[in-house]
This record gives sequence, C-alpha cells and structure tokens, in this order.
Amino acid sequence: MSLLAIENLSLSIHGLPILKEVSMGVAPGRILGVIGESGSGKSITAFSVLHLLPNGTDCTGRITLNGNDILSLSERDLCGLRGREVGMVFQEPMTALNPLKTIGAQVAETILIHEKVSKSEAMARAAEALRRAELPQDRFPLSRYPHELSGGQRQRVVIAMAIALKPKLLIADEPTTALDVTTQAQILDLLKRLVAEDGMGLMLISHDLAVVADLADDLVIMKDGEVVESGPAKSLFANMQHPYSKALLEASSHVPLRTGEAVEVPLLEVREVVRDYTGHSHGWWGKTTHFRAVDQVSFSIRKGESLGLVGESGCGKSTLTRAILGLEEVQRGEILFDGLPVFTHHHANAAVRRRMQVVFQDPYGSFNPRWKVGRLVTEPFHLLEEPPRGREREKAIAEALESVGMRAADADKYIHEFSGGQRQRIAIARALIIRPDLIILDEAVSALDVSVRAQVLDLLADLSGRFGLTYLFISHDLSVVRSITDRVLVMKAGRIVEEGPTATVFDHPKDPYTQQLVAAAPVLPADAA
Amino acid sequence: MSLLLHSRTLLPGLVLTLVFTGAALISLVWVPYDITVLDIASRMKPPSWVHPFGTDQFGRDILSMIMEGARTSIAVALVAVGIGMVIGVPFGLAAAVRKGGLMDEVIMRGNDLVFAFPSLLIAVMITAVFGASALNAIIAIGIFNIPVFARLTRGAALSLWSRDYILAARVAGKGQARISLEHILPNVANLLIVQGTIQFSLGILAEAGLSYVGLGAQPPIASWGRMLADSQTMISLAPHLALFPGLAILLTVLGLNLLGDGLRDALDPKLRRARV
Repeated sequence: MSLLAIENLSLSIHGLPILKEVSMGVAPGRILGVIGESGSGKSITAFSVLHLLPNGTDCTGRITLNGNDILSLSERDLCGLRGREVGMVFQEPMTALNPLKTIGAQVAETILIHEKVSKSEAMARAAEALRRAELPQDRFPLSRYPHELSGGQRQRVVIAMAIALKPKLLIADEPTTALDVTTQAQILDLLKRLVAEDGMGLMLISHDLAVVADLADDLVIMKDGEVVESGPAKSLFANMQHPYSKALLEASSHVPLRTGEAVEVPLLEVREVVRDYTGHSHGWWGKTTHFRAVDQVSFSIRKGESLGLVGESGCGKSTLTRAILGLEEVQRGEILFDGLPVFTHHHANAAVRRRMQVVFQDPYGSFNPRWKVGRLVTEPFHLLEEPPRGREREKAIAEALESVGMRAADADKYIHEFSGGQRQRIAIARALIIRPDLIILDEAVSALDVSVRAQVLDLLADLSGRFGLTYLFISHDLSVVRSITDRVLVMKAGRIVEEGPTATVFDHPKDPYTQQLVAAAPVLPADAA
Repeated sequence: MSLLLHSRTLLPGLVLTLVFTGAALISLVWVPYDITVLDIASRMKPPSWVHPFGTDQFGRDILSMIMEGARTSIAVALVAVGIGMVIGVPFGLAAAVRKGGLMDEVIMRGNDLVFAFPSLLIAVMITAVFGASALNAIIAIGIFNIPVFARLTRGAALSLWSRDYILAARVAGKGQARISLEHILPNVANLLIVQGTIQFSLGILAEAGLSYVGLGAQPPIASWGRMLADSQTMISLAPHLALFPGLAILLTVLGLNLLGDGLRDALDPKLRRARV
C-alpha cells in the first residue's frame, strides 16, 4: 500500500484554479520525482500534503497519508503530523535556518515539539541526526551557528531537522538548486542513502530533469497545474509520450545551432592577472587580511569565439568579470582588448568599454523598476560620445528589441510587465544596443526554466552569427556550457586549472578538480527519448 | 484612486491633513477676526455662533488663532523637514557611495553627534545666542532632521548598490554621482516621502513644544504651543482655551501619521502585492 496518495486533487486560491485533478503516490522506500517549470504547481502540490496553504484556498479531492485523510484533519492534528510523519527540505538553505540559534538547538527543537523528552536527550538525538546527515560532532559540534557553515552544510542541517524524528515521508522542494554542482551531488547521495536506510518515501521536486533522472524511481511531469505524464522513471525516460515531456527533455539537452566562425585574432587577452582584496578583521585598528581572488590568470578569446568559464561559487569568476569590464582595477598583470589596455592610468578606457557589454543572472534584479524599457535598454548609450537622439534613438531601441524577439512597442512598458525569459531578452537587447564585440554572459540563463533557457540559448547562438559577437560564457552549469561554447576554462580558487576545447575537456578531463566537476554533474539517461 | 480605498489609514490621514493645510492656506487671505485686535469686553466667551471656538483672555477669536497657528506650525515643520531632506539625503547618498571610507565615517559619526544632543537643549542654545523666534525654531528642528534622513538614505542606498542594475549602469560607464541621482534616489524616494510625513508631524510637535516654553514663535504670531501655555493658568475658568489648540495639535499629528502609514502601504510594491 502506498504511503502517500494524492487523488484527483484540485485546488484554487481565491477562485483562481491552480491545480487540476492531480494524482500521484509515494511508496515507502521509493523516490518520486516531481518535475515541472515555474508555475506548474509542483510546489503547491507538496505544500498541500502538509496543508500549508495560503488563505482563501479551496481544495477538492483526496490526500491520504498512511490511511489518514489529510484534508479532513484539524489544524491541531496537522501540527502533530508536520515534522513527525512528514519532514520537509526547502530550496534556500540560507533562509531556512534561524540565524540566532545553534544548529543543535534547531534540530532538537523538532524533537522537543513532538516528544516529551528531556532537553539533554533531545540534544543527544539531534547529534545523532546531524551525524546521519554527515555533519560529525567532532567537526560540527551542536554549538555551531548557521553563519559558520557553508551552503551545503546548512542544507545538511535542514535535512537533519527533517529526518530527526524518522518521518515516513520526506518532501524535498528543489533541495539542491541553490548549491554548487559538487555539493549538489553530495546532497543527492545523502538523500538517497537516508531513503534506503529508513525506508522513507521521498518526494523530490525539481525543475531539473537530469537531477531527478539520477535519483527517482517514479516520475511525475507537471504543467500548468496538471499531471501530463507519470510512471516508473526508467520506462518513462525510454518512452515519453506527451509532447510536453518530449519538449522538456529536448530543451534540457538542447544544443543550439551555431553559425559563424572564430578567426585566429585574439579579441581579449588576459595576462597573468592578480586581484587581491584587503580587509580589516576587527575595526579600524585590527589586522589587515589579504585574500587573493584571482591568481595569475591568463587566457585569450578569439574574435567570434564562444569561451566558457566554469567554476563553483567563490572561485573568482565574478571578480575576473568585473576586472575585464573595467569596473575594478587589477593589482598585477594586464587585460588587453583588441590590443588596447582596459585600464590606463587607473581609469577605465572608454574606447574599450563601449565594445563590451554584460548580461547578468537575475532577470528580476537587473533592471531599475522605475524606468521604462526604452530608457533601460538605452543606458549603454552613455558610453558613446554622440549618442543617437530623437528618431534615431527610437530606431535603435526598436532594432535592439526586435533583434531579441521582442516588439518595438515594448519600449513603453515597465519591466515588471515581463516574464523572466522576456526580461533576459531585454537584458540582451540592452547589451546589443551599442553593437559591442564582446558580451559577457554571467550565468545569464541559470535562473531560467529549461524551455525558456533553450530559447534564449538559440537566440544567443543566432545573434552571434548575425552580429559577429564573441561570448564569454560564465556558468556553473556544465550542460549549458557544453552546448554553446567552443573552448572552456575551468577555474578553482582563483586559478585556471584546465583549459581546452569544450568537448575534450568534458570528455577527457585531466585535472582532478575538472574530473570531480564532470562526475558530479547530473546527466540524463543515455536512452532517453 | 483604488489605492486610496485599499488603505485603511490613507484616506482619514489625507482628510485630516487637508483640513489643517486648508485652514492655514485660508488664513493667508482671510480669518474671521483680526487677532491683533483685543476686545477685553468679550473675553473668555465660551463657544457660540459668533465665536465658534470661543474667545481667549484678551477677547481674541480662538478659531482665527487656530487658523493662523496652523500656518505657523505647518511653515515651521515644512521648512524644517526641507532642511533635513536637502542636507541629509545628499549626505546619505554620499556615505553609501563611499561605504566604509573616510567620508562615510565622518558623515555617520557627525550624525551620531547630532543625535546625541537632546533637541530641546540645542534649541535653548540657539535661542540663547540668537534670541527666540520662529526662524530659530525652524533651524533647531531642521538640524535634527538631517541625521534622520541621512541614515535612512544611506541604509536604503546601501542595499540598492548591490543590485545588478547598478552594475549594469556602471558597465554603461556612469559615474557614482550620476548613478546615485538616476538609480538610487528614485528608488529611495518613497521611503523618504513616508519618513517626511512622519518627521513633519514630529516637527509640528516640536514647534508646539518650543513655543510652549517660550522659545518658538513670538507674539503677535499665533502658535498652538503658546496658546496652550497662555491658557494654562485659566484652565479651570475657561477649559475651551486649552481644548481647541490641544485638539488641533492632536488631530494634525494623528492625521500626518496616518497619512505616513497609508503612503508606506501604498508606495511599497511588496505590500501592495500582498493585499491584492
């Protein structure tokens, strides 16, 4: 008999239908992967299992957990259920923990709420839960605070809280989305092991097909509040029926068609660049500390080439980007753009800067919310000595917007009227408007849903052919880098550890760190169709 | 318009504020009685059709004095808030640009210094040197508004400086001053407006307080605070002398606070979304 059964669940919030006839089930010791893009209703399905729903929600259908009908339980009974029978792991480990409490107290809290035990016994059991989440007591005592831990370690604390009472069902909502590739692999391994040890059911929610494919026994694919396809993972991947599932699979492994050839002329040369940061550890009179963010980095990008830069958070990617863009000066080494230095006499070189632009990761934070699109996309005109005015300006805005697949009329709208994918197109239009030679794409597609990501990658490939653009593609997502770059650099702790043609580096990595990265990256099953 | 109806505090706040600013504006061209003319024969009359709020110990019409007093209060508080914004906001923007630098330290420690003095003490100092007048009250209250706006601006600006759109503006070659004006200021403006209404109400209270102890507006300029002080000795004989200026202060401050709360809800897109 299944542990959790959701039958024909329909849900509306203030009359707005969110879920339509959703059915799925989790059996003990098995992993159910729930896949969908943003707005597909996958998270709200998970929250409805615990009845953690916003006010004004109206549910019909049946949710049974261990034979109990969840929808008919009182709030009091539900409180007894949450944390004890059902554990939950959230996406953002930075905000899921209380910064003022030690990790031991937070794990023990779950135990103290549900069982009448002494505080010392709860602490002992918290230590055990943390040990099972691979945070051993000799290195991570109970007295640690969340800020003393890394993102992956915090996620382990969240998992320890969820499994402390050995729940029968664990719900993990995008548990690894905020983490680096190698950390992601470790957390997924941990979840898999815990499921096997405790015989729990796991409901794993993700937008990433590859993450789920590695782990799940059963799959549910959701779109717009409906289940479009479900079944055992192996057979489902081998034989997808629904057009949406097929499209999702195609988008996940999408390789854009690229035209345009790189020429053997270097456009950007970075030579032995060093960037140190100086910090004061304690106030004005404290010791100064030095941190080398970029250490002796050298590489070059050829005209028309697409170069990938791969590395985990904190490896110095962002510092390097800012140095190339002329926002921060480097202490040693030089950066040459088409033979011209980016910095001359401690000032960024305007002639160089007007030939480079950047697209950032976050489609929501990249725009001033109080400006209209027309003004937003023309901001780089500030770099020109004689920016176009009047009708010419209008024409430039229209051209830029149309070249990224938007309409010229969109110039009069505010940015909040657009979706994430559309915003990222507008960000590309902003970069294009001064016709730069080099565009730095700083995790430019990481925040997008897979199908939107595939469209944006196609757009980028098309634009590079049309305008002869050179890309520096910075990402932590190896599959994306693989699909759009010619060559790749692997960066770790401020140094480039490996460099070469993308296919060679990913298929035959030489450096141990690259090998680790490639091994950790989740892959779709080879027979998926 | 729908914003007005959505907020429970915006409409009453706006109405109260409009009543008092309206009274102040009307007093510029017309008041029921000339308050410089004394009419001892009809002194301390209770409210009647002839004198809706009654008359004071010199026979002056209290309604007329309240209207002119509104003008004094609003003028003092408005200019004081203006001083605070005009000086404080650029300081805050500059401190945010040079975060952790010498300029930031100098500005913020200067703010701490001003905060450390009780405002009444500074007002007494200023009046001791320059004499008591409405102008000196404005300066004293204005000085205390500077650190309020500087801190608020700096705090809000700091969080904005880490946004990607600021980085995009820097990539477009814009300088720090230009980014502060084009990107930072419009995005902190709603915070400043809300804080402005609250400082405005505090300014009215401060002006009343200073006038009460004789450090604010001097006769013959009408002031709510001085009306309260003058009526103190006669409160058992004619309570309406204290009642009306007291109510005027209470309702104006209440109205401005409600307006500030309502504006905060109306201008904050996060709260707006939560309500819908």
